[in-house]
Amino acid sequence: MEADPNDTSRVVGFEVDIAALVATGLGRTPRFVQVGFSNLDPAVERGDFDIGLSGIEDNPGRRARLAVTVPYYEFREVLTVRRADAARFRSLADLRGRRVATLGATGAAEILERARREHQVEPVIYEDDVHPYTDLAVGRVDAVLLDAVLAERGVRRNAALANQSTDMGVGHYVGILGSRDAALRDRIDGLLRAAMRDGRMQAIFTRWGMWNEDQPRLYARVLAEESGSGGPEGPPLRPGRTAESESASAATLRYLPALFRAALITIVLSFVSMALAVASGVLIATGRVYGGGPLRLLLTSWVELVRGTPLLLQLFVLYFGLEAFVQLPAIVAAVLGLGLNYGAYESEIYRGALQAVPPGQLEAARTLGFSQWQTLRLVRGPQAFKFALAPMTNDFVALLKDSSLVSMITVVELTKQTQILAANVGSWFLPGLVCAAMYLAMSLPLSRLARRLEQRWGAGIHA
Amino acid sequence: MSALAVRDLQVVRGGRMVVEGVSFDAQPGELLALMGASGSGKTTVLRAIAGLEPVAGGSIELGPPDAGSVRLGPGPLPRGAALRALHARVGMVFQFHNLFAHLTAVHNVSLAPVHVRGEARDAAERTARRLLEELGVGGRAEARPHELSGGEAQRVAIARALAMNPPVLLLDEPTASLDPERRADLARTVRTLVEGGRTVLAATHDADFVRGCADRVLLLQAGRIASE
Repeated sequence: MEADPNDTSRVVGFEVDIAALVATGLGRTPRFVQVGFSNLDPAVERGDFDIGLSGIEDNPGRRARLAVTVPYYEFREVLTVRRADAARFRSLADLRGRRVATLGATGAAEILERARREHQVEPVIYEDDVHPYTDLAVGRVDAVLLDAVLAERGVRRNAALANQSTDMGVGHYVGILGSRDAALRDRIDGLLRAAMRDGRMQAIFTRWGMWNEDQPRLYARVLAEESGSGGPEGPPLRPGRTAESESASAATLRYLPALFRAALITIVLSFVSMALAVASGVLIATGRVYGGGPLRLLLTSWVELVRGTPLLLQLFVLYFGLEAFVQLPAIVAAVLGLGLNYGAYESEIYRGALQAVPPGQLEAARTLGFSQWQTLRLVRGPQAFKFALAPMTNDFVALLKDSSLVSMITVVELTKQTQILAANVGSWFLPGLVCAAMYLAMSLPLSRLARRLEQRWGAGIHA
Repeated sequence: MSALAVRDLQVVRGGRMVVEGVSFDAQPGELLALMGASGSGKTTVLRAIAGLEPVAGGSIELGPPDAGSVRLGPGPLPRGAALRALHARVGMVFQFHNLFAHLTAVHNVSLAPVHVRGEARDAAERTARRLLEELGVGGRAEARPHELSGGEAQRVAIARALAMNPPVLLLDEPTASLDPERRADLARTVRTLVEGGRTVLAATHDADFVRGCADRVLLLQAGRIASE
């Protein structure tokens, strides 16, 4: 579903129509609730909404944890590539060592995870179904694997893209309900089957241009399953228990190496970003303390701009917004975003620290013949550095945690990897604990360092 | 052939003229005391000579006019080469010492010789230790400013100024942070410097100190010299 172009506060789509159909059958009024795609499972189990209808794919994990309706649509996974690459990238095996985009918490993401092991494909996980295709068009990724519905829309919007006809697997959309709602689910199954029988489902999908020959076969099998008679051959309606439906602790254990890898990315990302933050902060602070009026005005405006807008927005602008001019790799956009954002905050710390150095120190340096630059380098800078060190270390801890925001621009760092695990397990509990423990293991030593520096250097310098 | 010649000096601070036409000379080997009540302008005269306050009128000349003297007149504060030339001629010891808080005593003293005069680090540190020794604080060479008593800090500050070997030394309220016993020590130290040929100009209102060691006294009142 998507926002209605004529009234963006309304949502439209085939699932809105299905929801209306179900609601009418139940004698209720549908009310739309917005939930992040990868958190639909825990949200429905918690009771945030009664039924999830949002291109949610059937999988064994969902069946084990939730009440799942009969499948109402069958889709094929489709590999999309740039038209120019259509001849050489026909399958995932052709994409060895290349970046392939998909949406998190989907069957396609599972397929790519397997392809990572089998073909050394590098999966790139997006939070939405539009940017994989725009990034494919500009060359940030070399292919997109998503279901046919999204692939058709992606190709419609980007003339330079083409869908491959290679069989990549099929899946089914289902509705999800909380596990306690099995009785309600059975009523909804009845309503869906009735709509499959009398052509109302066909009418909905025809209206949205999604009706194809796969659907009557699916419906025949769904209806045959109910009556116990054999239906036509096709992909299994109820996927069996596989590796994906293992227990939460087993899955977490299996994901541990990936979590450690992601934690390493978080660490490296944080250190490089902090180095940029310190460097830009020093330059900005020096310019604001020593520079002339126009430079000071420029730097002050920059600091206010960066501090007055959300980091997440800055990351989106750097990664997606600048796409037309310069296609920064995600990790570069992440370092730039975090580094420049924190640089603005660091500059305020350094400016305060420079101004906290008593004027007598500067006068003493002057009467000894030091130039202004020497005074900054030998007297003012070193003293300001000691004032700044403790707040700086605190900021580094904050940056370490804020680095999780870069998951929104496809960087798989610790929080993102945990989210992938949580979507797989269907719960945030154990993955959340493991992730929290990893963050603490990184941030606690830094906090202790900050306290020790404060004790060691905070005292002497004021005396 | 005076070491310091001040002519009709005027200094404006905060829109108010605080020094209104002060003139005097000081000779090599002379200790000149600048006395007066608080606010009479004596510290400002010192700060103007040290290049910390812009001169609004008149002039300050350091050194004999022929051989590389330095002259301060109305205009902005000296910078770059002019600043270095000025501070080859004059050093200042502040009332509150203003020792560099992040450095040990010996590095406070050796910093300027290394970075302003380009001396080798070892040589500068050896000189610094010798100066601290001569001033009686050799044992405190590795102490940081906050670990020093008022009297020790003042000696380190004097050593720091002397390390640049200026012919003229300015002392601002040198006895303010000292107990009576230390004051006598300081008077002896300063006399030694003067007898070695240096010119010392001390702003003070300590009459005992002045009686004990000053060669000449200038009394400032409301920014003018009231008596000599």
